[in-house]
Amino acid sequence: MDWNAFQLSLQLAAWTLILLLPIGIVTGRWLAKTQTRARPWLQAFFALPLVLPPTVVGYYLLVFTGTRSPIGEFIMSWFGVSLVFSFPGLVVASILVNLPFAILPVQRAFEAVSNELHDAAACCGMTPWQTFRRIEMPLAWPGVLSAAVLTLGHTLGEFGVVLMVGGNIPGETRTLSIAIFDRVQAFDPLSAGHMAGFLLLISLVTVALGYGVLERRGPQRQKSA
Amino acid sequence: MLSIFLEHDLPSLGVDFQLPIGTLSAIVGPSGSGKTSVLRAVAGLLNTERSRVSFDKDIWADTGARYFRPAYQRPLGFVSQTFGLFPHLTAVENVEAALTHLRRRERSREAQNCLDIVGIGGLADRRPNELSGGQSQRVAMARALARKPRLLLLDEPFSALDHSTRKRLRVELKRLQDALAMTVLFVTHDLDEAAELSETLVLLRRGKLIQQGPTRELLRRPSTVEAARLMNFANLAKAEWAGSDASGITLRWGDVLLTAAEGPKSRPDDTIHWTIRTSDVFLVKDNHPNESRLGTILPAKVVEVIEMGSSALVSVIVNNSGGEVLRLQLRPGALHRHHLSKGSPVRIALHAQAIVLLN
Repeated sequence: MDWNAFQLSLQLAAWTLILLLPIGIVTGRWLAKTQTRARPWLQAFFALPLVLPPTVVGYYLLVFTGTRSPIGEFIMSWFGVSLVFSFPGLVVASILVNLPFAILPVQRAFEAVSNELHDAAACCGMTPWQTFRRIEMPLAWPGVLSAAVLTLGHTLGEFGVVLMVGGNIPGETRTLSIAIFDRVQAFDPLSAGHMAGFLLLISLVTVALGYGVLERRGPQRQKSA
Repeated sequence: MLSIFLEHDLPSLGVDFQLPIGTLSAIVGPSGSGKTSVLRAVAGLLNTERSRVSFDKDIWADTGARYFRPAYQRPLGFVSQTFGLFPHLTAVENVEAALTHLRRRERSREAQNCLDIVGIGGLADRRPNELSGGQSQRVAMARALARKPRLLLLDEPFSALDHSTRKRLRVELKRLQDALAMTVLFVTHDLDEAAELSETLVLLRRGKLIQQGPTRELLRRPSTVEAARLMNFANLAKAEWAGSDASGITLRWGDVLLTAAEGPKSRPDDTIHWTIRTSDVFLVKDNHPNESRLGTILPAKVVEVIEMGSSALVSVIVNNSGGEVLRLQLRPGALHRHHLSKGSPVRIALHAQAIVLLN
């Protein structure tokens, strides 16, 4: 069992969740309410990582964030880090591939909050921010929770993009899924099996906990909605 | 005055009217007439292309001055057709949601007080899914009243309720409006409901104002054919102007001469449309002692009798009118007293004051 790889996977999942969830809430809410004609294109853009092979996403990340690319040069000169073969690069890659998992459930949840409730809130004297905080968020939170669970689970198991962007550097970019691949390549099925089983268990518990919370709080909301 | 001027091209909306403050007014019209759009525009939930909305001297919207005050800054309460209760909040929390300007402790006390006023203080901890339609309506009403609004807007407030609840809540609305001396504007497609509750009536059709005025006056005297049709006047006929004198004007209806109390003193260019309410057409017995006071007496023949619980609708063909049919409303008792059935000869009276000429 590669505990370093497990720790790195947890760190990656945590950073992805912390940085992506606010992005998911803001973007999902905006997509739910916007009238722009570009909406189908924007939705398609955010859903792309679902349909593209991870190698394609990884390839473009390498091209656009490599140290010789304008973006890579800018990040190197301003922050002194390279996004290729580094943990910050893994976080950026993980955020990009998890966009659909963070945005789509949130968008659907905000779409389900009817305009009638917005009108009622406005006529109660609530500002748009108060309406968001007191009415929309409490009603849309199951969608936000789903987004968090999906993002967490998906990040823990992400392999293709992580390998493309981060490679296999122990302690820096070798996550649990890469470590499993590494052990299989090294004809060490026992270690690979342990880690695979562990990852399976962690993912199952994460998703089950999420569904458990939704089950407990969900029916009340469903009845009342 | 509550002044409402709204214009919009697609969908078409064009209204301009004033309503007295401190009274209960109703906007009536068929589906798609723009009633709800008017209400939403007054609330600030809809921004029409051209608008000017003011309450007393307080301007809420004026496109000429590029001014639009958002809904949350307008001193009003709004109850929608399906009440719009926040499903994740209890009844008292729903009301508290309208009291965010108060401190938390005051908020709870005031919210409970509002629920008590509408008679559901005991249901404070129930969520909307645990309330009946009537109870939900009361919570929505309590929430709308919580901010002590200057204007209360109600969009078809009783349409989702059963008949008995609707009747009870109408009485309560009237009682509340009297007690709080509040300006109430409500929208309905039910003319009977509007007639029962409102002091001022606004008739809309296809986004246009058809007529507006005191309810009693409007129900007696529609000004146009369209208004009469909207208010279900069953008797609509055409006649020729035949003269005028001090007692009114004379109309030629087929070969029959009728007298109307009010109308043009000189011959108009077009045919005159006229109407009379079914309840203003009276049956006259043969030996009536003062029949000259009843108005124009016309012989007729009954062609249809429809009994409907507390009243009966009788259709008669008036002799020499060119086969024109008039309808009159009778109590079932009168129906049997006059021994009316299809083919019975009768005499009807049309009083000059009851005949209304239409534009």
